[in-house]
Parts: sequence; structure tokens; C-alpha cells
Amino acid sequence: MKFIDEFRDRDLARGLATAIAQEAARDRSYRLMEFCGGHTHAIFRYGVQDLMPAQVRFVHGPGCPVCVLPTARLDLAIAMTERHGLTLCTYADLMRVPASNRHSLLKAKAAGADIRMVYSTQDALAIARANPGRQVVFFAIGFETTTPPTAVALKQARAEGLGNFSVFCNHVLTPPAMRAILETAGPEGIAIDGILGPSHVSTVIGSAPYDFVPRDFGKPLVIAGFEPLDVMQATLMLIRQINAGRAEVENQYSRAVTPEGNRKAQALMAEVLTLRDTFEWRGLGFLPDSAQRLNEAFADFDAEQRFRVAVPPSCEVKGCECPAVLRGIKEPADCRLFGTVCTPDNPMGSCMVSSEGACAAYWSYGRFRDAA
Amino acid sequence: MTAQPRPFAQGLDIKRGAVDMTHGSGGRAMAQLIAELFQRFLDNDLLRQGNDQALFQPPPGRLVMSTDGHVISPLFFPGGDIGCLSVHGTINDVAMAGARPLYLAAGFILEEGFPLADLARIVESMARAANEAGVPVVTGDTKVVERGKADGLFITTTGLGVVPAGIDISGNRARPGDAILLSGTLGDHGVAVMSKRENLGFGTEILSDTAALHDLVAAMVAAVPDIHCLRDPTRGGFATTLNEFARQSGVGMRVRETQIPVREAVAAACELLGLDPLYVANEGKLIAICPSERAETLLATMRAHPLGRDAAIVGEVVADPHQFVRMETAFGGERVVDWLTGEPLPRIC
Repeated sequence: MKFIDEFRDRDLARGLATAIAQEAARDRSYRLMEFCGGHTHAIFRYGVQDLMPAQVRFVHGPGCPVCVLPTARLDLAIAMTERHGLTLCTYADLMRVPASNRHSLLKAKAAGADIRMVYSTQDALAIARANPGRQVVFFAIGFETTTPPTAVALKQARAEGLGNFSVFCNHVLTPPAMRAILETAGPEGIAIDGILGPSHVSTVIGSAPYDFVPRDFGKPLVIAGFEPLDVMQATLMLIRQINAGRAEVENQYSRAVTPEGNRKAQALMAEVLTLRDTFEWRGLGFLPDSAQRLNEAFADFDAEQRFRVAVPPSCEVKGCECPAVLRGIKEPADCRLFGTVCTPDNPMGSCMVSSEGACAAYWSYGRFRDAA
Repeated sequence: MTAQPRPFAQGLDIKRGAVDMTHGSGGRAMAQLIAELFQRFLDNDLLRQGNDQALFQPPPGRLVMSTDGHVISPLFFPGGDIGCLSVHGTINDVAMAGARPLYLAAGFILEEGFPLADLARIVESMARAANEAGVPVVTGDTKVVERGKADGLFITTTGLGVVPAGIDISGNRARPGDAILLSGTLGDHGVAVMSKRENLGFGTEILSDTAALHDLVAAMVAAVPDIHCLRDPTRGGFATTLNEFARQSGVGMRVRETQIPVREAVAAACELLGLDPLYVANEGKLIAICPSERAETLLATMRAHPLGRDAAIVGEVVADPHQFVRMETAFGGERVVDWLTGEPLPRIC
């Protein structure tokens, strides 16, 4: 495949592995947090860790949209769908994420709720157009990558006067989560020597929003693409910064990311969405200014306002270590549910559901390492 | 001279007609549907017996039997339809015991309102597939359910076959050291169905690989009677079949990604859809496990057959108490190839 195989080339990988092995000092460790689930997935799927010397370790970050969605929001979506008899359109990853009381969208669907898996916001709009008598809600989740399409759908819906369409907005922002991770790093958290910065998110927001990482925390950050060679090259760039005592924002993914990002997408988001004062993240708790909701001009399309429901406080599965895994404090195998009661077929926590979740990636691709 | 009584006052309107509840009621309308549609296309001596069962003398040897329900959506997809698929699928399940398939039975569940033209197209496709394979449909059943209670139609086929003497093929016979062979490219069927369903306008059309594999299997067991395991990787794909073998035989597997054939168009479509070709369904491929010293002979036999042209030796069976299927990635690392989780492509066959 053109433009894909070049970034998965075995010989180039060997060359980078040799360079990393030569440049990584043997008397220290390099703990590099890959922020995004896309990186986690690539590291496991291609066996990138196997090509690293022992002192270079990847610490898995919280950049998996499904993983950081708090149970309360899922409970709310299910309650909204069941009580108002509406059609809920969702990306497939969310279907199996555990809600409170061992419920899930998948189980709600089996029990008769009209929940449909879609590939894009456009599919949800099409369902709304085809069913004018039904209320159709799009379950919007994700970081800055998936936010612009939601904004486009909202503008289309308003232009078409699509009164039966609305959005349950759960879009979150990357920089505040990164700040939260770095603030808790240290005594009670985890030592991180550098960060592999987001790939797709950065195409939208640019590289400038990460300037606080070296400035406030003295850590280097290298924006990295999602292909395995991208991860390896960015790793080498981080090691070089660390060895030289530098802490800067560098951009390995220069074929797609600019300092200012995609202005058009940013303008779209600004036109439709506004900051929430605070929002709950699984693992990170409530973070100020970390998520978005529909602004006043689009309030008519806000499902939370259109379908008000009250849900009891959410309850998490006892013993689930997703919160610590999402902060990089614990490895999946440190959780006593991992691989015993919690597997991808029977997930207890969100990190075991999405292929971008650390637990699922570890279980599906990497568990032979512990068994050896 | 008395005229032969006309069985039905008016012929079935296959062009414009649709299935209604009377077609499943057991009355004259059902008899007409059977006579003018099912029997017309699927015609053979045993079906013509016209009883509720087919009567025949089985040949000597051990018999195998298999059944498979087909619920695929869409009913027509690039490279095939539910009709030929329902014939191929069951022939393949029978053949994977090393057997020669003899007969098929077919059960139809039709939804009220289903166009007779589509039904005729599907039954004709079944008949063509059965003729080409030399495996007739000898008995059947038709039911009709109300509109909304089925998605057009569902077809269940059951197959009967006979296993040649000296053949002992089973998922629990993989032994450490055995070679793992794959008959061709992975993922064609699943991606063909998906491309149609999602209206993904790929530049090159990807066709389903749906095919009856019994002739290929006959050549394989003739050349290497000591094949240990055979299975067609349908739902769940290559990865799931290897995990099934590993569990049944209590062994591990090592495969090499660079040796697993995948069409470029399929790889690209999977990339776009976030799928892994190792988990995508196939309907005309098989995985064989045999003693390593027979692997080259088996490979040459497979490659000499049109349905095994792209066959490859993709790995070997290893001793592993954890029963992991591991893969050396094209990138140079290693990973587990786990069971399929969840449902990436519902209603694929």
C-alpha cells in the first residue's frame, strides 16, 4: 500500500532500532509516555517494544476516547435512550464499555433500545433524515480529532432544519489532560522522562498548544505519527533531547502537523461549541476547562437539554484499576482483574474494550511476554 | 382424450410477484412456489421423488454431516449472493473432514413481501453452485414469516458426505513441528460484503472468494492422506481458526506475517475500516496442518489447483502450554494473534 508500507518498513525499523540502542545510555532509564491510544495500538500490534533496548520503556497514556469517558456519561446516554424512546447513534467502540450495574449499550440494545452503530456523523444525519418521526441523538465522543465532524453535522442539521436531530456532546481536550498527568507525576504518580505527543489531534490543534510541557514541567515532547516507524523515530528524537538535557516541543509528524494546526477546523469548533467549566474524566477526575458542550446558538440541538434525565451516581467495578492505568501509574498486569475476570470478551473496565485501550492491547497482543 | 389438469390456474408471477403468507401455509400456493420456483431450478432425481424426505442408499464408508444457517446482509454482494454462499458454505464444512460431499438439504425462511424475482435469482444461483459442485439439493423446506420478522430471507443448508478410508482429519491433531498452510489470500469475502454495505466506493472492486473447496480437498488428501487438520476460516477469520486448533490440540502456533497472502486492495480497505485481515471472513479458503516433511508436497498440490494458486506455508505448530498463536510481524516484532473479540462485521454469512 502506497503511503502506508513505507512507514512499516522492516529494514528502516532495524536501522532505527540500532540507532536507539546506540544512543540510549545504559546507566539510566527512559520512561516515555505515549499519550494516544493510537500509539499504544501501534506499539503492541507491530511489536515495537521488542525492538527497544531494555532501558527504554513505553508508559501508556490516557489518549483513548472510549477509555476516559466516565461511567456517569454512559449511564446518562442509556437512560436518555431508554426513557425517551429515542434512536441513539454511536461509534461501535462504545457498545461494550461497561456502564453502572454491569449494563452497557450492547445490553440496552438487546433489551430493545434503538441503538445503532455508525461510522460517521453523516450516517447519523442520514438516519435522522430518513426517520422524521423519531428523535435521533448522536453520541459524540473523542478528542479534537473527532470534534470538527460533529461541528459540521450540527451546522448541517441547523441549515436543513432537522429538528429531530441532536448531539450528546462528550468532546474533550488534550492539553488539559496532559497537564493533569504531568501535575500528578512525581511522588504519588509516575516518573515520565518525555512524551510522544498526539498524532491526529495535533493535525487539528497544531503543535503550539504543547509549549507548556517543556515550559512548566521541563519535559520534552515529540509529536509522533501513528505508524510504527513514526513511533520509533519520535522515540529516537526524545532520547536525543533527554541525553542533551533539552526539553522542547519537536514535530516528527511534520508531514501532517503544523505549529498552528488546521485553522478551518478550529473555527468550525469555535462556531458551534464552547468550554465546559469542568468535566469528569475516568482516571483523572474532574478537570476544569477540559471539555466542550454546544454553545447557546446551538442549544436547540443539545440532547442533554432536550432530553433531561436524572441518573443515580454511577458505580464502578470494585478492583478495576483503569484509573491508575490511564494515568500511567499501573501496568495492566498490575490489576488483579486483568486476564482473570476482565478480558476483551468480558470487560470490567473501559481500558479492556477499545483496541486503543492499554489493557486490551496488552491482552490481545502482548501477554505472551509475561507467560514466557 | 382428456386434457392433463392444469395444476395451477395462473403461473407464478416471478417478475412482479412477492412472497405472501399463503406461500408458507401448506396449501396450493406453497405447492406452486415449490413446483415453479424451487423444483424448477434445483431439479434432480431425488428432489423429484416429491416426498418430505429424500431416500437414497449411502455409499460405504464413514459419513459426515454438517449444517449452516445463512443470514448475510446484503443478500447480493460483489462476487456472489446468499444462494451460492449457502451451497459453498456447507459443502466446505463437509469437505473439511476430508470428505466427498454427497447431498444437500435446504431450509428457507422467507419474509412476507420478499420479491419473487430476487428469490428466483437466489435459487438459480444455488442451483448453479450445486451443479458446478456436483452436489445436488435433494430435499428442502419453506416457511414464511410476517413482514419485519426476517431480513428478506434466511437459508439453512445441511450437507452429507463420505470420508475416504485412511483419512483422519480433526482439529485436535495438530502436533508440534507440523506445518501450517493457507490456500490463498485473506479477507476477500468480508471486505466485499462490507464495501457493498457501507457504500464504500473503492477504486478496484473486491470480489467475495465464495467457492466450493471439496475438489481442492480431494486433491490434497489424495496427495497427503496424513493431513492432520483442515478448516475453512470463515467468521473470525484466519486468527480465530488457528486459535481453535491451538485449543483443541493443546499446542501453540507461530506464523510469519510476511508469508500470509493478502490482496493489496483488501489490505487497503482494512486499513481504512480499521479491520485486521487476519480476522476478516473468507468463504473460499482453507487452512491445513500436516507433518512438516509432507508440507512441500501438499503445497505443490494446492498450488496446482485453481483454488489454491496463492497457497503458502505460513508457519508451524509449536509446543506451548499457554496455547498462544504468535506472529512475527512484518515490522520485525512479535505479537499474540488472539481470538476475535466482539463483532467487527455482523451478518457476514
